[in-house]
Parts: sequence; structure tokens; C-alpha cells
Amino acid sequence: MTRNLVEIRNLKVEATTDSGRQIEIIKDVSLDIAEGEIVALIGESGSGKTTIAMTLLGYARQGCRITGGEVRVDGIDMVSLSESERSHLRGTTVAYVPQSAAAAFNPAITIMDQVIEVARIHGLMTAGEARAKAISLFRGLSLPEPETIGSRYPHQVSGGQLQRLAAAMALIGQPKIIIFDEPTTALDVTTQVEVLRAFKAVTTQHQIAGVYVSHDLAVVAQIADGIVVLRNGEIQEAGSTSKILEDARHPYTRELLAAFRPKAQERPPESEEATKQALLLVNELTVGYGSRAGSGEPLVSAVKSMSLRLDRGRNLGIIGESGCGKSTLARAIAGILPTHAGDIMFNGLELGRAGRSRTRDELRQIQIVFQHADTALNPAKSVEDILGRPLTFYHGMKGKARDARIGELLDLVRLPKSIRHRRPGELSGGQKQRVNFARALAAEPTLILCDEITSALDTVVAAAVIQLLKDLQRELGLSYIFISHDLSVVQAICDEIIVMHRGQKVEEIAPARLKAPEHPYSRLLFSSVPKLDPAWLDTLHQDAEQVRTYCHN
Amino acid sequence: MRKQVSSLVIRRLLIALITLVIVSFAVFFATALLPGDTATILLGQSATPEAIEGLRNAMHLNDPAILRFLRWIGGLFRGDFGTSYANNVPIADLIRGRFANTMKLAGLTAAVSVPLALTLGITAAIWRGTLYDRFVTVATIGIISVPEFMIATLAVLLFAVYLRWLPALSLTNEIKSFHDLLRVYAMPVVTLTFGVSAQMIRMTRAAVVETLNTPYVEMALLKGASRSRLVLKHALPNALGPIVNSVALSLSYLLGGVIIVETIFNYPGIAKLMVDAVSTRDLPLIQTCAMIFCVGYLFLITAADIIAVLSNPRLR
Repeated sequence: MTRNLVEIRNLKVEATTDSGRQIEIIKDVSLDIAEGEIVALIGESGSGKTTIAMTLLGYARQGCRITGGEVRVDGIDMVSLSESERSHLRGTTVAYVPQSAAAAFNPAITIMDQVIEVARIHGLMTAGEARAKAISLFRGLSLPEPETIGSRYPHQVSGGQLQRLAAAMALIGQPKIIIFDEPTTALDVTTQVEVLRAFKAVTTQHQIAGVYVSHDLAVVAQIADGIVVLRNGEIQEAGSTSKILEDARHPYTRELLAAFRPKAQERPPESEEATKQALLLVNELTVGYGSRAGSGEPLVSAVKSMSLRLDRGRNLGIIGESGCGKSTLARAIAGILPTHAGDIMFNGLELGRAGRSRTRDELRQIQIVFQHADTALNPAKSVEDILGRPLTFYHGMKGKARDARIGELLDLVRLPKSIRHRRPGELSGGQKQRVNFARALAAEPTLILCDEITSALDTVVAAAVIQLLKDLQRELGLSYIFISHDLSVVQAICDEIIVMHRGQKVEEIAPARLKAPEHPYSRLLFSSVPKLDPAWLDTLHQDAEQVRTYCHN
Repeated sequence: MRKQVSSLVIRRLLIALITLVIVSFAVFFATALLPGDTATILLGQSATPEAIEGLRNAMHLNDPAILRFLRWIGGLFRGDFGTSYANNVPIADLIRGRFANTMKLAGLTAAVSVPLALTLGITAAIWRGTLYDRFVTVATIGIISVPEFMIATLAVLLFAVYLRWLPALSLTNEIKSFHDLLRVYAMPVVTLTFGVSAQMIRMTRAAVVETLNTPYVEMALLKGASRSRLVLKHALPNALGPIVNSVALSLSYLLGGVIIVETIFNYPGIAKLMVDAVSTRDLPLIQTCAMIFCVGYLFLITAADIIAVLSNPRLR
């Protein structure tokens, strides 16, 4: 057997916590990667997958330290090298494609200068040669206008393009191995397909090995030869992609696989058909940002003549890509953003255009839960204060009654009562999202608008949150409007799905009645969702014309 | 793209101009609110009411305020700052020498403090968490907390009284050689440098540390860039906005806020002139000094904003 390109032996990484405690975040990890092989590291956030991948560059993020073991890349142990020796190998032997290219490109430097920087730093070739090579890479990654795209600044190109430009930046030094750190997590599904294709093509063509860090099994199935499943800094299971997908041994791997497969709707048959009652009726709603002088029309209309209907006790899903106006719609319904035209009827009564003109009771009945619990919860307040505020505001609760209600709310979202004195920073991502949800429940609403509430969560945690939502619906008779770009989530919980594109409703689909999407955009969107089948990407045929029409990548 | 920049810059300049008009309005009416009547002060307690009335008429003090304001503004635009009430000398003559002195002191202090502060701030950011960084941070906080008069007085005590190396007073008309210049300016410049550098060091360090923590600097590190390249090419251009702003704020202080230093070293600058003018109720002089401070301040802040705009490709 030939020597492996990467040999990690007994790797240990320690982190220093804020309180100064040392904790081992990578515990004795060993793994091999052969020449030209792509290995995926998967696991939930905090499992140490990115940390392991980074050690191939001899790098540990601030507060972390490699404390033991070897990381041999092409025969050289990155751990024992000095910082300047490592920098010689970075970009030339090992290259890195970051999770968010939008953040990893320097906003003050043109793209071309950043792409060819590797060649300049290591003196690999002249600037002219580097430019020519970059342009050929841009072409290979099917970027538009390969000749001139380099002269733009990062803010002038889209997220999907930046992600591919980041790949070009990694490829220019002809590395032996590339580290892909969740490179498609921040992208829309239709864009993700394009980017995955480009990555797969270049790694195959240049015979480059790769480490693909991800929490999405389906994405990994398309691109990786082998999969390593991690949890708490330890390898749970490793094997070839097909073996892991078909014959997972470890319970955690099975849990991951199970969480991925959408559970069928387990709702009672529609017996209450006769008593159907519209809870929310939105009619020809137009919402936008900025104001044009005079006419009062918004400068940019994010939602255009949108109509929808939601019956009591039912769930509506709204899907679409980033920028399609789905969050704007939710904010308008909640009254955060004043509407421009059209009306919103709630429980048969017309709601005011903006939150200011609604009564407190109207406000109470519609609650919104934001995507990022991190930013939606005040980091300086304890869980108790966060939940107590709406109780006092809407129900005038004080003292013992309020304390008791906070306890009940924590029970409802299946959180231990002991966390009530903690601050959001001391909670995990899933716990924070539960607190965020409990805050909405505190108002005792009839309708909850969930704006991408699971997209920042790991697959397993997200599945648990969805289950919680279903349970609460049964117990409290809530209705949800569920906004997401993740089809599987929406399908799991919604009775009806609206597909949005550029601020307009494209199609309404009812998954229960097995009505298949008909509109070309919906079909494109549905077909772009990765499947666990490793052959999915290669057999996926999308009309190039349609992709160009509907995607702005 | 280009057009956008120029429109941004022009808008910024327009805002500066409008601010200036508002400030001149405020300066004029604020000085008019000062207690005491100029004519009474000029003629003394024993003057007859007729004499005071005559002087008031002669000085147009009985005209409506708005008329006096317009006359004053018009004069400013023609370069006529008016005449000092106190000694009947054109204000332009009074200010000319003083202004040059202030600019000299400010210029010398800027020449010393800006490079010093930027170097210390940037190096502290690069080696953050090290002993060096801690030393710089503690030293700047220490210096910020010591008032200027304290530093100035201690400096005079040490260098002029005990060691007798430097003159206690900064008599600018005694400068005959470069050596004299150093001797005269050493203490005021060092005192002011202490005062203005601390803020710049802290702001520079904070701005550079913030950009050093961004993903794009990490990306550059993972491309194999050296430390100096990380800082100079990747971090600094993005930290320029806040740094330039803190420099501008510190320098504007040098134009008008150096009264303590000027007093202790008996340095004939413009701040001292203004304080003297207040004690003699010399309204035109006070107004002119205030306007000079405002113009200087506005000029620096506007320049900093324009540099920040030009250094940001998203705005450019």
C-alpha cells in the first residue's frame, strides 16, 4: 500500500475557556487520507470537525492549542514545524476554502489581487502568469465573465460566485490537499448544486485530495469518498461513503441519518374540514424598503401583491431563496414593517398597517420567532428576565404568578428549570432557540411566525425542535407560519407550502394531497435539495436555461 | 461608481458648510449672552450715561442683533475680522502671530505624536496579549488619567527647576537656532504628546485588533501570508476609517484645547488669547477665536470622513 497523503496520529487539541479552564476538545484522533481522496468530517457544531481540519494547516484558532500527536501532510509533521515553516506550506501544499467566502474576502482588495496573493507570497510565478492561471481557473469553475470578474471587489459579486472564487484562490498554488470548511452551508440550494458541481469537477480534474467539513450528510454523499463521523472530539465511525450511508453501526450516525430523512406527516385526518375558519387572510400585500419621494411607493418592493390564507390550527410553509422576500412578509404580518398596500385580516378583523396602530391584544396574538436566537435574545438578561418581560407586558403578571408561569413555559419547551438564572451566552444553540420560542409562547399567541428557526441548528437538534413545535401545536392549538429555505423542514410540519420567488407567490403546494410542484421554479427548487443517494448530483439534470432564469448566482 | 464618490464627498462638504453657518450663529449669540455691557466696561464705572450711550451708538451696539450678526459674517467673508474692543487694534493683527504660534505647536506635536501613537497602537495590536501589549495599554491608561497640568508642572519642576536643562517659559522670540527651537518646544510638545497620543493609541489598537480577528485576515494567514503582510496589507486598510477619525479628533484638540499648556509655559498661542479676550469682554476677538477653532475642527473631521470614504471600496 502506498503512503497516505495525510496521516493524523493521536491528535489532541486543548482549548482554554473564558474562565481559564483547559478542556480537551479533540481527544486522540487518528485518520488517514490517500492521494486524491476526499474525506468528509461530519458532526454537529462543537464536535471538533473544523478544528481537526485546521490542524492540517498547522493552525488552531485563538484559544486553542495542539497539545499532542502528529499531523503528517505529505510526510511533514505540521505540528512540530515553526510558524514560518508552516506558512511556507500554507497555500502551496494545503489550501483552505472557508465557510463564508463573503467574510473571508478582504473588502478593501480586488478579487484578483486576493486570488493571486498565494502565488505572490510564495513566489510561485510572475503576476502575469498568476493572472492568466486565475482566469483559466475562473473559467473551469464556470464563473461568469472570467476575464473581468477579478477586477471587481468582493461586495460586487454574489455569494455563490464568491464561494467559487474562494475555491480558485485555494487552487492557484496547486495544493495537494484542500480543506473545504462547510463551503456550501451559507448558500441557497440551487446555488449549492452549481458550487458542488464545480468543486467536484476541479478536484477530480487536478487529482486533489480534500477534507470536506460539513454537517449535511446529503451534501457529503455527493462529493466524498469516505466519511468520518465525529462527536465531542472523538471519531464515532469511519468508512467509505456507501458503507456509512447504508450500514451505519454507531447509534449517533443512525440518529444523524434518521434526522435527515423527513418523517411523514403524522397529523390526524382533516376531520374538522367543515369548521374551517380563516385565521389569517393576507390580500394583495405589498411591502418594501426605502421610500420614493411623492408617491409614497417603496423604493424596493420586497413583497409584491402577495395573498395567502391560513386556517386555524393549520400550518403554512413559505419557501424560497435568500432575498425572495419571505422574511419581509413575516415582518409585515407581525407589524414590524409597515405595509404599503393590501390588507391583513386576522380573526376576521383588519389589522393596522404597522405595529403602532394595532392594539396590544392584536400584537399579543401574533408572535414572531427569529432565526438567530443569538442576536434575538438580549445577552445581558437572564432567561427569567427574557421570559418575564412579555408576561408582564401582555398579562400584567408579577411576583409569584410570574415565577410560576416562567417555570411552566420552560417545561413546555422541555428545558430544565435550573437554567432560568442563566444568560443566553451560557446556553447551547438548541437551548437558546427553545428560550427564543418560549418567549413567543409567553404572550399566549394564536399564530407564531417562525423565521428560519432551525437553519442555524444542527440536523439532530433541528429535528428535536420541529418535534417540539408539533407537540406544542397539539397541546396549545397553535398555528404556525414556517419560513425556511429548507424544504425538508417545511414538508415535515406544514399543511400547505407557498413557493416565493422575487417577492411573488409562484405556487401553492399541499404536500398532504401529494400535489407535485408544477411551476418550473418550484420544480427547480425541489430538485436541488440534495438526496442521500451518492449518485444524485451526477444524475441530476437541470435545465440550464431555467437555472439561468431563476438563479442570480 | 466615480460619480457616486464625488457626490458623497460633495455632500459631506456641504454638510460641513451648513454646520459652519449654524456654529457661527451659535457663537455670535452665545457671546452676546455674556454678562456685562461692553461700553460700561470700556469706559469704567465712573462714566456718564451720555458717554456710554454715545459709545454704544458709535459701536453699533444698539442695532438689532441680527443686523450685527450679518455685518459680522459679511466681514468674516471679506477677511475683515473686525476691531478689538479692548485696544482698538484690528483683530487680524492680533491673531496673526498667535495663530502661527498655535499652528507651530500643533504641527510639531502632530509630527511627534501621530507616528508614535500609530506605531505603538499597531504594534500593540500585533503582539496583543503579550507583555509589551500590556505595558503599552497600562501606560496609556496611566497617562490618560494624569491631567495635563500635572504632567506640565512636573516637567517644569524636573527639567527647568532641578535639572535646569530647559527654560521654564516658552519664549518663542528667543529662538535663534535649531537647538533653541528644541529647547523651547521640548516641554510643551512632550506634554501635549502625552495627552493626545493615549487616545490615538487606544483607538488604533482597538481598530487593528478588530480587523485582525476577521475571517479575511485568518484566510490570509492560511494562504501563508507573513505577519507584517497580514497587518499592513489586510488589516490596516480596513481599520483606516476609525484610525483617521481618532487622529482628527486628537489633532483638533491641539487647535483649541491647549489653554492649560499655553498658560503654564506662557506660550503665546491662540487659546490664551481667547481666554484673555473673555476677561476683557472683547466680543469680536472671542468670536473670531471661536470661529477659528470651529473651522479647524470641521476641517479635520471632514477630511477624516472623506479619507474613510475613499478608503472603502464599498462606498467608492
